[in-house]
Amino acid sequence: MNFTLKVWRQKNPETPGGFETYEARDVSPDMSFLEMLDAVNERLGLEGKTPIAFDSDCREGICGTCSLVINGVPHGGRKGTTVCQLHLRHFSDGQTITIEPWRARAFPIVKDLIVDRSAFDRIIQAGGFISVNTGNAPEANAIPVSKEIADLAMDAAACIGCGACVAVCKNASAMLFVAAKVSHLNYLPQGKAEKDRRVKNVVAQMDKEGFGNCTVTGSCEAVCPKEISLDFIAKMNRDFAVAVVKGELKQRTGGGVG
Amino acid sequence: MNLDARIPPGPVAQKWYRYKFDMKLVSPANKRKFDVIVVGTGLSGAAAAATLAELGYQVKAFCFQDSPRRAHSIAAQGGINAAKNYQNDGDSVFRLFHDTLKGGDFRAREANVYRLAEVSASIIDQCAAQGVPFAREYGGTLTNRSFGGAQVARTFYARGQTGQQLLLGAYQAMCRQISLGNIRIFPRTEMLELVVVDGAAKGIVTRDLLTGEISSHAADAVVLATGGYGNVFFLSTNSISGNVTATFRAWKKGAFFANPCYTQIHPTCIPVSGDHQAKLTLMSESLRNDGRVWVPKRREDCGKPPASVPEGDRDYYLERKYPSYGNLAPRDIASRAAKEVCDEGRGVGPGGRGVYLDFADAIQRLGEDTIRDRYGNLFEMYERITGENAYQKPMRIYPAMHYTMGGTWVDYSLMSTLPGLFVIGEANFSDHGANRLGASGLMQGLGDGYFILPYTMGHYFASMKQVKIPADHAEFKKAEEDVRQFTRRLLSIDGKRSVTSIHKELGRLMWENCGMVRSRQSLETNLKRIPELREEFWRNIKVAGSGEELNQNLEHAGRVADFLEFAELLCLDARHREESCGGHFRVEHQTADGEARRDDAHFAYVAAWEFKGLDRKPELHKEPLVYEEVKMETRSYK
Repeated sequence: MNFTLKVWRQKNPETPGGFETYEARDVSPDMSFLEMLDAVNERLGLEGKTPIAFDSDCREGICGTCSLVINGVPHGGRKGTTVCQLHLRHFSDGQTITIEPWRARAFPIVKDLIVDRSAFDRIIQAGGFISVNTGNAPEANAIPVSKEIADLAMDAAACIGCGACVAVCKNASAMLFVAAKVSHLNYLPQGKAEKDRRVKNVVAQMDKEGFGNCTVTGSCEAVCPKEISLDFIAKMNRDFAVAVVKGELKQRTGGGVG
Repeated sequence: MNLDARIPPGPVAQKWYRYKFDMKLVSPANKRKFDVIVVGTGLSGAAAAATLAELGYQVKAFCFQDSPRRAHSIAAQGGINAAKNYQNDGDSVFRLFHDTLKGGDFRAREANVYRLAEVSASIIDQCAAQGVPFAREYGGTLTNRSFGGAQVARTFYARGQTGQQLLLGAYQAMCRQISLGNIRIFPRTEMLELVVVDGAAKGIVTRDLLTGEISSHAADAVVLATGGYGNVFFLSTNSISGNVTATFRAWKKGAFFANPCYTQIHPTCIPVSGDHQAKLTLMSESLRNDGRVWVPKRREDCGKPPASVPEGDRDYYLERKYPSYGNLAPRDIASRAAKEVCDEGRGVGPGGRGVYLDFADAIQRLGEDTIRDRYGNLFEMYERITGENAYQKPMRIYPAMHYTMGGTWVDYSLMSTLPGLFVIGEANFSDHGANRLGASGLMQGLGDGYFILPYTMGHYFASMKQVKIPADHAEFKKAEEDVRQFTRRLLSIDGKRSVTSIHKELGRLMWENCGMVRSRQSLETNLKRIPELREEFWRNIKVAGSGEELNQNLEHAGRVADFLEFAELLCLDARHREESCGGHFRVEHQTADGEARRDDAHFAYVAAWEFKGLDRKPELHKEPLVYEEVKMETRSYK
């Protein structure tokens, strides 16, 4: 197969970028999309040109590193598939393919197709965890979790943190990512104790990072490689509303004994 | 140098208990005076960083990924073992210990393996408390499945994404400590040198992968949690960026490297489809719970559609050869059996390098929905890569490089031969012997990180006199200069070959001559070819761009340069070990029916190699494996 690739090139965050055209010749339909880019890069390097910088690591659809917008769609538009598992057999021979980075204010471009997604880490740091030190844990079967709840939590926890939901959203909203984490932990009995502060803290951090608001168009769910459901956004909104209505418990000031 | 594992005295069941009681403690107020560097944020690294920070130590954590959540532990599919005996099927700490030791072909250190089995139950408790959504029964209790090399069901799992969920648990624990200011995180930062001052590890030199900036970080102890070296085979189930650099450079600074020849080839991977491939994809071992492995009995049937081969003409070779374990024979055995039938010309698919993993019986017995519930995501992954539907026709699988049991030599406290340098998870050598059982890698990573290192490191701190070395000490300056020079050298070659082409060539040599089956002759070939290839690399590669920017080509070149030296050490170890054990199979040492023949009289030891300089051969040190509790027996799964 042969393709014409229009690839976004950008030297660094400061320099404006633009599209450049490359040819991918005699590639096999069994190749993954990234293996095609590997081949293009190997050639560019030998010609003394700068290879195209793109992120990838596990190449089996689970680490969430790869992040390309292909022909306008994050991860290329195959249902439930990351770019690293997108194979060329799904393209037509001779096709022109445009390749761009995630585009969102909260994900600044680092170089070419690589963006900075550390905003996601900061959201988790704000409250996307259960506060339990090593050694604190009760016997695992001491707290039963119904299969339905465990399955639901797992559906949400399947999020790989790639950011495709943000990249596709016209508002660059991170609601699906944040809702997946809040739902995962808030559904489980282990996460109930800090349910309210969790949702308030992560939502506050999300706003601070400059992600847009959710207008429930559902494009995030459509491109999510793990098919995370929009229902979790509803769940998070509900948890958030409850937390706000409840308000803060009055803290007693002053020290304890001892 | 005397290789002392510092194993506590007493019966094996009391060693860890005694160690914990005898060890010295650092008082809560003093803990914050100690700085710890953790390199790598996979299961072991993230667990260690979080736990050490919870205890009060000042932690700096480094990873080359853009986020610590992306370390390759995330790709582990099947599960994690623990001796909970929730199934009431006869499991116990002792049985898990024994299975792991036997699975490792009696080449692991007994005391370490027992301790691992002991802490396994706490790992499950900890992870459940963190919110890991383990699979549950309707009544709300945890459920289990069985895995290779065990006759009890002790594997806990979260669909086919157990590694992901456990890693997210550890990552979240780490995030909490970052927000509390107890951990500073350095993503997209690669460790390129270990700094040793007065014989003790005192810090690292790193390269910022975005700017190319070289910097020094000083600490009272350094933890390497940098994973295995499977990518020395080029094609493996490891992530694209996985490498040996951290432990290899520590080796050159004096940390012995143990048993590099113990490498694990996983039996159930998607077969290679062509020369373009950059990595191979694993299909979880858990599939062998319900899938049956077979090839046609006759060569002429290999090209036929599988459904048209009648039952009587199929060879379910694992069930035939290993009736008591059947399709759940351990990985090394299942891999070699697949190679054997393919070598006989009975392999299926392109090039005849594949065997069937067939779910037809299970689908008929349990229904497609049950199978989808158990393995749905794996079937989808298979379909994405091969374009085939495994509900309708059997999967085609073939072994691929997966895990490395060898690693930096550590004592009972997980400290290397360099005081202050601790090595955990896949990066060390300690618990899996010559072969790792399925679902034990996650157990070991988390055991080391959550429950072992946080104790032993405190003992190290409390036993030493604290000497703070500043990051502008002469040794740091020298290490920084070495890194800069190494980078300049890579960039100045300006030859005609790509780094990838050399890496592929190295991988082919390793797979052909030092893979599932090894011989003196094949290893001699490698020991001759690898130095030539290394010479070719340093004469003729071309690395584009500069060192002062994000340069993925340069990163790859540095990692391959280390693999080219490390591969020689691996082959040297494989040549010296004149026996077959676990993943190390030497054709010269097999029984009449083709099973591995171990030589306990001569090789019941850990081979720990010491770096002696660039132009000299490494020196072999032996740690005898003394078994107090278990008798070394011939491993049989028949």
